[in-house]
Amino acid sequence: MSDAWPWIVVAGLGAFHGLNPAMGWLFAVALGLHRHDRHVVWLSLLPIAAGHALSVALVAAAVVSIGMLIDGRALSVVAGFGLIVWALYHWRFGARHRVRVGLQTGLLGLGLWSFLMATAHGAGLMLWPALMPLCFPGTAAASSGGPLVPALAGVGLHTLAMLLVTGAIAVTVYEWVGLAALRHAWINLDLIWTVALIAAGLWLIVG
Amino acid sequence: MATWTPDPSFYPSPRMAMKAPAETLAYVAAFDPQRAQPDAIAVVDVDPRSPGYSTIVGNTAMPNVGDELHHFGWNACSSCLCPNAPHPHSERRYLIVPGLRSSRIHVLDTKTDPRKPAIVKVIEPAEVAERAGYTRPHTVHCGPEGIYVAALGNREGKGPGGIFLMDHETFEVRGQWEMDRGPQHFAYDAWWHLGHDTMVTSEWGTPDTFENGLIPEILLGAKYGRRLHFWDLHKRKHLQTIDFGDKHQLVFELRPAHDPTKAYGFVNCVLSLENLSSSIWTWYRDGDKWAVRKIIEIPAEPAHEDQLPPVLKGFKACPPLVTDIDLSMDDRFLYVACWGTGDLQQYDVSDPFNPKLTGKVRIGGIVAQAAHPSGTGPLNGGPQMVEISRDGRRIYFTNSLYGAIDPQFYPDGIDGWMVKLDAAPSGGIAFDPKFFVKWPKSHRPHQVRLEGGDCSSDSYCYP
Repeated sequence: MSDAWPWIVVAGLGAFHGLNPAMGWLFAVALGLHRHDRHVVWLSLLPIAAGHALSVALVAAAVVSIGMLIDGRALSVVAGFGLIVWALYHWRFGARHRVRVGLQTGLLGLGLWSFLMATAHGAGLMLWPALMPLCFPGTAAASSGGPLVPALAGVGLHTLAMLLVTGAIAVTVYEWVGLAALRHAWINLDLIWTVALIAAGLWLIVG
Repeated sequence: MATWTPDPSFYPSPRMAMKAPAETLAYVAAFDPQRAQPDAIAVVDVDPRSPGYSTIVGNTAMPNVGDELHHFGWNACSSCLCPNAPHPHSERRYLIVPGLRSSRIHVLDTKTDPRKPAIVKVIEPAEVAERAGYTRPHTVHCGPEGIYVAALGNREGKGPGGIFLMDHETFEVRGQWEMDRGPQHFAYDAWWHLGHDTMVTSEWGTPDTFENGLIPEILLGAKYGRRLHFWDLHKRKHLQTIDFGDKHQLVFELRPAHDPTKAYGFVNCVLSLENLSSSIWTWYRDGDKWAVRKIIEIPAEPAHEDQLPPVLKGFKACPPLVTDIDLSMDDRFLYVACWGTGDLQQYDVSDPFNPKLTGKVRIGGIVAQAAHPSGTGPLNGGPQMVEISRDGRRIYFTNSLYGAIDPQFYPDGIDGWMVKLDAAPSGGIAFDPKFFVKWPKSHRPHQVRLEGGDCSSDSYCYP
């Protein structure tokens, strides 16, 4: 059973990322409203998920590459500090990015936006404490095949969970709930996000 | 400080913002034309149930003299809910108050005591010039990349003027907004269509041509601003210029539709050199370009020389001098302030190309000097900066234009006042006889901002 936990966490983080309006569902709803077309809501989800997946995959690739060079314990500490630094940066300067994509964007621009948002938020880094035991299991539980397959599977599972949650919310808000709910329901997920990044970093360093 | 849920004064759409509670306070920029006493942000009680209704209940003096407070705005507003650049947990709390003449920028905190805003930061002119590359800060708008400030002069007080950005939480001046300004030289107002990724800017002139009053040779030579500029809001690149032609001078206040899906807006042209009329133009999307069409022309009124200031005597006419317009939240009613004749007009612009005059009041005016129904006797100055409550039911305005220009058209001086109109939901306006703020002699009022936001403070990303 304990073998399943990293996968559950990877999927759970996907759901958490999908829940955040700043990760895409709100943009999908806005584009649907602007183009007066519910199909646009559905279609927008694909580049949003693709951009998010690409960002998470690049971070996973980077960490896996470093993991090939240094031992597991050192990798944990490096990744842990990386997460904490990113969290502090996000907390202090997260609002200071150029706005490059607006409401006239096409699907490619939307994918780029999603990639930039996920990267700036450190979405891929947050995933690492869960991905690491999958990619670099202790020698005792040695699995064959190296880190590439579990990393890809982890990114895939994460993205699928993100897509399902973000899609469900986008469609529910567009079709039934309406945007007035934002005024009360949009809790400060960025704060939770920052805490989650720091917690994940500490977990890696201490663990 | 970040909050747990969005600021309650942020609304996703203009439709929702119309349901906002009525404002109880108005903030008004007030300046001393003699530059002897500090300018101030005055706080006016606009709650009809309050014993202080229609009086100045607070006053925050600036730390220096001679700033010439003029326009100002909030640090954050409903655009914080935009999907592409969300900052939903910022607070609408601080007023960004530039001195148009001094180029000093003041930050006032309205939260601790809304009736006595506290100055929490002052950015000195040298720092603004150094970091922004601009001086003479004018329009302030909260938007996707923080606080946008339109400034009329460059670092040396000449052209080009332009826009600079400020951080909406630390209030640091971040720098010039434009990446490619194209042929744009004059600056004045700036606003945008968030749904169309488009910035619009208008033109007055460089500081040396207005800081001592309008220069007749420049005006009659059509050398003041007369163009609109359209920009890519996110690439910060100039896209298109529309020239109103050498018969038109002073293209001023930009009022894009609040509904972000609509691609049109309204702008006033103060003066026609042909007949001294003022005009309102609609800009709109025409294929892959922007275009303009004149939709309203307000004629000058014949007058006797004795009734006119020296600058107008030869024309034997009183120009309307439309120097401000404002658009209701539902994009239905456009309010037009005729500072010369004293009219405040209301047009139904549901069809932006076929306006219908639905209401009119007259107060002050160069010739009319019309009184207020509260029994004021003749008044000078005329309707100038107009602000509309979010629900569209209350209209506030003041009577001074600009320190150096006031005496050119009102040579006997301007005694400041602020009034309020009640607007019927289906059109029609009337003075609230209980609301007349006689301004203290030492100062003159200019722009009005309403508690929680108003019809020229917020922009929206959702229809």
